[in-house]
Amino acid sequence: MPKLIKDGVITPNEWTLLEKPEGDAASQEVPAGKVIVPLTVWQAQKETLQQRNDIGVWLDSGELASELGDDAKSLPLVAVHFPLFMDGRGFSTARLLRERFGFTGELRAIGYFLRDQLCYLRRCGVNAFEFTHNEISLEDALESLNDFTEYYQASVDQPLPLFRRRH
Amino acid sequence: MYIYDEYDHNILRERIAQFRAQTGRFLDGDLKPEEFLPLRLQNGLYVQRLAPMLRINVPYGMINSTQLRRLAHIARHYDKGYCHVTTRQNIQFNWPDLTEVPDILAELAEVQMHGTQSSGNCIRNTTSDPFAGVAEDEQVDPRPYCEIIRQWSSFHPEFAFLPRKFKIAVTGSASDRAAVHVHDIGLEVLKNEAGETGFRVYVGGGLGRTPVIGSLIREFLPEEHLLSYLEAILRIYNQSGRRDNKYKARIKILVKAVTAEVFAAQVEQEWNHLKDGYTRLTREEIERARSFFTSPDYQTLDGKAAQADVDDQALQNVGFAKWLRRNVRGHRIPGYAAVTLSLKPTGVAPGDITDTQLERIADLADEFSFGEARTTHEQNIVLADVRKSDLFALWQKADTFGFATANIGTLTDIICCPGGDFCSLANAKSIPIAEAIQRQFDDLDYVYDLGDLNLNISGCMNACGHHHVGHIGILGVDKKGEEFYQVQLGGSSSNDTSLGDVLGPSFSAADMPVVIQKLIDVFISNRTDEELFIDTYRRIGAAPFKERVYAKAH
Repeated sequence: MPKLIKDGVITPNEWTLLEKPEGDAASQEVPAGKVIVPLTVWQAQKETLQQRNDIGVWLDSGELASELGDDAKSLPLVAVHFPLFMDGRGFSTARLLRERFGFTGELRAIGYFLRDQLCYLRRCGVNAFEFTHNEISLEDALESLNDFTEYYQASVDQPLPLFRRRH
Repeated sequence: MYIYDEYDHNILRERIAQFRAQTGRFLDGDLKPEEFLPLRLQNGLYVQRLAPMLRINVPYGMINSTQLRRLAHIARHYDKGYCHVTTRQNIQFNWPDLTEVPDILAELAEVQMHGTQSSGNCIRNTTSDPFAGVAEDEQVDPRPYCEIIRQWSSFHPEFAFLPRKFKIAVTGSASDRAAVHVHDIGLEVLKNEAGETGFRVYVGGGLGRTPVIGSLIREFLPEEHLLSYLEAILRIYNQSGRRDNKYKARIKILVKAVTAEVFAAQVEQEWNHLKDGYTRLTREEIERARSFFTSPDYQTLDGKAAQADVDDQALQNVGFAKWLRRNVRGHRIPGYAAVTLSLKPTGVAPGDITDTQLERIADLADEFSFGEARTTHEQNIVLADVRKSDLFALWQKADTFGFATANIGTLTDIICCPGGDFCSLANAKSIPIAEAIQRQFDDLDYVYDLGDLNLNISGCMNACGHHHVGHIGILGVDKKGEEFYQVQLGGSSSNDTSLGDVLGPSFSAADMPVVIQKLIDVFISNRTDEELFIDTYRRIGAAPFKERVYAKAH
């Protein structure tokens, strides 16, 4: 079974990622088991899919957190896709899912991102990292998770900015 | 000046350790060049035409003598004995060895300097008024807010991979010396009628390929909301800015596309979610930031007597008198003055400075200005707190060291990017053009008679030399492998910000001094009294200039 980093440890990946359908999202078959479906499939088949407790949803980089909105609360997993490491939209998406839409489940980064982005992603609320594009040593990548131990700004991992803790 | 505490030091040490490891992985072949690219850029490291280039931040232009001496050491030991003051108040080294960059950054960190986010698609060094804290027309000192922004924007986890670079400028004076209308975000800090401090917020200004004057999106933002409001703007931009075309990725394109009104409404909506969160500034934090920018230990002086003495010295020494007129300006404290050291003597690339000169400036700062100096976006150095009674002694020393060229604000105080001699983006050289123009106008008295006149040169349309906002702007263009120069007239980066109009077809490098001379001739024959070039141009328009420059030879 392929592996990923979750909550700071290397663990087996139990979820299957469903690609975006070429045709109609409503008629896309969603297999049994733990599946991460594209946002369009979730939206088209929400009534059926929300009966299940093994469905996650992934957002592409152009899909805003608000398009999933309060649905996030009921999901065990939401993934944010990075088509390329230079595309930083997912950092905002992750923060919004955590801070505005109250998502508490597994927030997973998928796609082509760098181990050097792990610390910032973690700060934005991502707690699972699945490198679907690049061959990477997860053991090495773990080292980057805590590149910084102190921060100026508020974020998901530390809601108090440094100026509220410094005095 | 802001002084680091253990938090600041720790964060910077962790950054250097991170970059040292990244550089090692790149050199070992474990990190692809395209993956290393954004990482090195966000530590200030470019790979340029001839060698790497390392850009070091000078936060809002403030630098002390210890830092100046460390820069001199870096220039001497790791580079070729000089560096360059940029149009964003930063310092660039042109010849560092990639493998030594982590060591350079570690040496700089010891004196509280870094290259963090000095390039790349992230929030860059915040710039400000080089006369902040001493200007007579200042309403509020912008530097505490610049420092608050510096800390908030440094290593911001959400905004390190924006669609494009992002530049913020802050001014606190009636007269804008920070060009806030041509920044991604421009902030004017001021007091409202109730005496409360806040910001006028402009968004979507910028130069580059598509020059745009920023739009006012908020008339008064109370100071405690500074960071939450910036966060709202950056979040909208990060989510909605274009990423399909790097030339359309700046926030100015987004603001234009949706209109400033709609953008302002989007920001307001996002901000409503954020404004009462923990990012709202506390009174203690604003006071803490202010506590670093209190007045130095000024003496109580008789301002009138000091001025009378200076006037006497000026009567006896013409050179000193000229320098006073161009390079010295008023100060809010009686008996003090602010001095600009010119980095624009003819024959030196504008803004270039040697290791020894850096040390001399450090010495001058220690002797005459409480150990502090400022870099300016016009690529000069300011000593902001000089006693008027010391001006003559300072002038003599500055003259010996080569900083006393009395040309500040004149035609020969040229803003100029490194251009094709150094920069891999450039289409044309810019430094030799600056030098040729300086040589054409080598009679300082003639130049003084022209009054304030900004001439800005960029070697390509990325506009690092700010040519769009020069009274005279020069843009290097490439035509079938040959370098040509387009001329623009009527730009300004002051309160009356305007973008220059293209005069017409471009000229060869050899023609440029004569072309500028013809433009000046038209100005002289049309100006009234003491009228400035920009005002004459605005009054008479481009036609007389075009006629003269493009007239067929008889």
